[in-house]
Amino acid sequence: MTLHPLAFMILKRLALGLVTLLAISLFIFLAIELLPGDIAEEVLGQSATPETVAAFRRELGLDQPAITRYLAWLTDVLHGDFGTSLASGREISELLAGRFANTLFLALYAAAISVPLAIGLGLLAALYRGSWFDRTVNIATLSSISFPEYFVAYILLLFFSVKWGLFPSIADFGSDASLGTMLYRTFLPALTLVLVVTAHMMRMTRAAIINLLAQPYIEMARLKGASPARVILRHALPNALAPIINVVALNLAYLVTGVVIVEVVFVYPGLGQLMVDSVAKRDIPVVQACCLIFAGIYILLNLSADVLAIATNPRLMHRK
Amino acid sequence: MSDTLLTIRDLKIEGRQGDRWQPIIKGVNLELKRGEVLGLIGESGAGKSTLGLAAMGYTRDGTRISGGSVLFDGLDLLSLSERRRRRLRGKRIAYVAQSAAANFNPAHRLIDQTVEAPAAIHRMMGRSAAEQEAIELYAALRLPNPDEIGFRYPHQVSGGQLQRAMTAMAMACKPDLIIFDEPTTALDVTTQIEVLSAIRTAVQEIGTAAIYITHDLAVVAQMADRIKILLRGDEVEEQETRAMLAAPKEEYSRSLWAVRSFTSEERPAPEAATPVLRVRDVTAEYVPGTPVLQDVSFDIHAGRTVAVVGESGSGKSTTARVITGLLPQVRGTVELDGQALPPRLPDRSKDQLRQVQMIYQSADTALNPKQTIREIIGRPARFYLGLTGRALEAKVRELLEAIELDPDTFIDRLPGALSGGQKQRIGIARALAAEPKFIICDEVTSALDQLVAEGILRLLKRLQDERDLAYMFITHDLATVKAIADHVVVMQQGRVVEQAPKSEMFTPPHHPYTELLLSSVPEMDPDWLDRTIRARRKG
Repeated sequence: MTLHPLAFMILKRLALGLVTLLAISLFIFLAIELLPGDIAEEVLGQSATPETVAAFRRELGLDQPAITRYLAWLTDVLHGDFGTSLASGREISELLAGRFANTLFLALYAAAISVPLAIGLGLLAALYRGSWFDRTVNIATLSSISFPEYFVAYILLLFFSVKWGLFPSIADFGSDASLGTMLYRTFLPALTLVLVVTAHMMRMTRAAIINLLAQPYIEMARLKGASPARVILRHALPNALAPIINVVALNLAYLVTGVVIVEVVFVYPGLGQLMVDSVAKRDIPVVQACCLIFAGIYILLNLSADVLAIATNPRLMHRK
Repeated sequence: MSDTLLTIRDLKIEGRQGDRWQPIIKGVNLELKRGEVLGLIGESGAGKSTLGLAAMGYTRDGTRISGGSVLFDGLDLLSLSERRRRRLRGKRIAYVAQSAAANFNPAHRLIDQTVEAPAAIHRMMGRSAAEQEAIELYAALRLPNPDEIGFRYPHQVSGGQLQRAMTAMAMACKPDLIIFDEPTTALDVTTQIEVLSAIRTAVQEIGTAAIYITHDLAVVAQMADRIKILLRGDEVEEQETRAMLAAPKEEYSRSLWAVRSFTSEERPAPEAATPVLRVRDVTAEYVPGTPVLQDVSFDIHAGRTVAVVGESGSGKSTTARVITGLLPQVRGTVELDGQALPPRLPDRSKDQLRQVQMIYQSADTALNPKQTIREIIGRPARFYLGLTGRALEAKVRELLEAIELDPDTFIDRLPGALSGGQKQRIGIARALAAEPKFIICDEVTSALDQLVAEGILRLLKRLQDERDLAYMFITHDLATVKAIADHVVVMQQGRVVEQAPKSEMFTPPHHPYTELLLSSVPEMDPDWLDRTIRARRKG
């Protein structure tokens, strides 16, 4: 049986993804080893005697050489066991599950608004390029990424929460909130993220479409009597999908992995905040687990982008 | 219903250059009756395409209509709203472009694009009825498997088939007028003849009028009832086709007919001399196991020109890649002056590299736009001959004089400030700068107008005589072969099917493939197409 080229490509990329994950775990492990101090010193503080620190290290297994600890951790992970947090002693899988769900929820919420918005605005800007609409959209989206995220977040807080009291300033919704409550409480962080990622996707959509407008087949569509909207939607967009899909995937990955600051500002219990805390505590197993999740998300999103880009290109899907 | 379909009066079109508007069309009149075919000819830059598009009330970005009128069936296209003009385009006036490969949208199947105008844009019929008509049109244009071919994507269909599919697309709404803009220029002669005949039959069947734009007089002679000649946006003259062919009135028209006159005397290969270049039993492949060249052999002597002819995909350019070392052969040898050249480019000595130079088809892309002429020509002279300073300057000036360009005027210019013919001359000077024995000329005249091309051929001939150069001349144009070759190699599907001195090659009997090539070259006689097609049907 011969494998479809696309299926073969997916398998190859997944295998490469696993190698990437391994390399990342090793890299993160070494990076944390290079940081001064370890969890024993962090937990016990400055006043601890060398004896108590040594005893605490022995208890956590930190007296072993780095390579032994890394291999032991790797063996456990390959058996599906992420281990326990050095700081709290809780199971990492349990610790992560809730946080990861929160992060995904916020990312999906922001994506559900920003992706259609960005592509829609991009198409309209391409259709009416050079008009006041085009310029307004460009200035607005460019301004929104020119400000740092925390600035945008605090400005939104100031107006929507403090001055007008429309939305809560703390996004944590507890464990048994309804979907409506969840959407309401996380509206401001989601809006912040939308403002941050929309510009990139919108401008790429606009540029990818305009780039194609000089193609002879676009002129041919016009000479067949096609309206400007038809020219853009039916003739330019299908050929611009590959770059658009790629930039969407990059931004989706950012929504999952790059939201630490927004989580901190809105006191949102997500993965990013957990990772920052764990680095400060030198809680290596937790940092490792977070990194692997982030890296995995990146790899999967990039793979999906490439697969979709191939699937939407007849030259690659339908060979001669 | 009036008999006149299209009337263009004193039309003026301008194009933007920097911040100035320059005239492209300078007040042209044109009249077309229903069902009539008008041939529009002229060199590049004559404004043929601009005029053709203006007949649809369409101007490209950066051009504008500054005066005159375009009346189509009583409608003034220039004063109609864009929305009303769109209602005419595709439906009553359709367009067939030069490069079908670039003008079909790669994302949609042929049939989707064929039925788009009748079914989706102008809503003249349902989708399935439109598909049925499309298939009938594919059959009328003699496309293979008309039932299925439409369900392929453009990249899955050959160039000649795409060109016919585009004609079918233009005919989908049964328009009153079709603009054909160089529809066969990008095709091989053997494909061109079939497309020409298919277009002509189909145009006659639906009784549409047409404007047929081309720079090829022999082609327009087959297609048009009347011929109009344009020169730099001005009309030179217009006559019935036969009258025009028999007795062009204007000097410029006569010069267009005369350019095919340049021919060189054939010189026999010197006896018992070692050829400058010997290609012996060369087999080459891009993918292991599927050879693109098989057992190719020929010799090129000093001071002689060997023309390599064949359709696209026949292996002409691949042979050049093997000789230059870009594609190492898997079997066979390439000898320079009796010494075998290492197959791989990195294994060749500097002197071997110097002896083999190349001139490219598109001088536009072969010259670095950021370098001055001094740098472009000076670089090989410095690299191969080690010239610097005043000696280098003198060399560059000498080369510019050799290619008939004034050194003081041109030496510090950038390629962008040169015309197409001048750029190609720079390409020649760059090849000469290495002082080679052997030059590969890859379709060096096919992107140029006939008059300019003839100048290049004369220059190459003179340089050959002065410097005893050996040329390998890759071309698909048999008129060029007649003009410059001593010896001709005919290639088909990676093999040499026939080779002989020029005089022998153009006298029967021929190899069947050479016969097909020769008989496919259009002649000025307006009956040539009918006669040739009839002869082929019989044979």
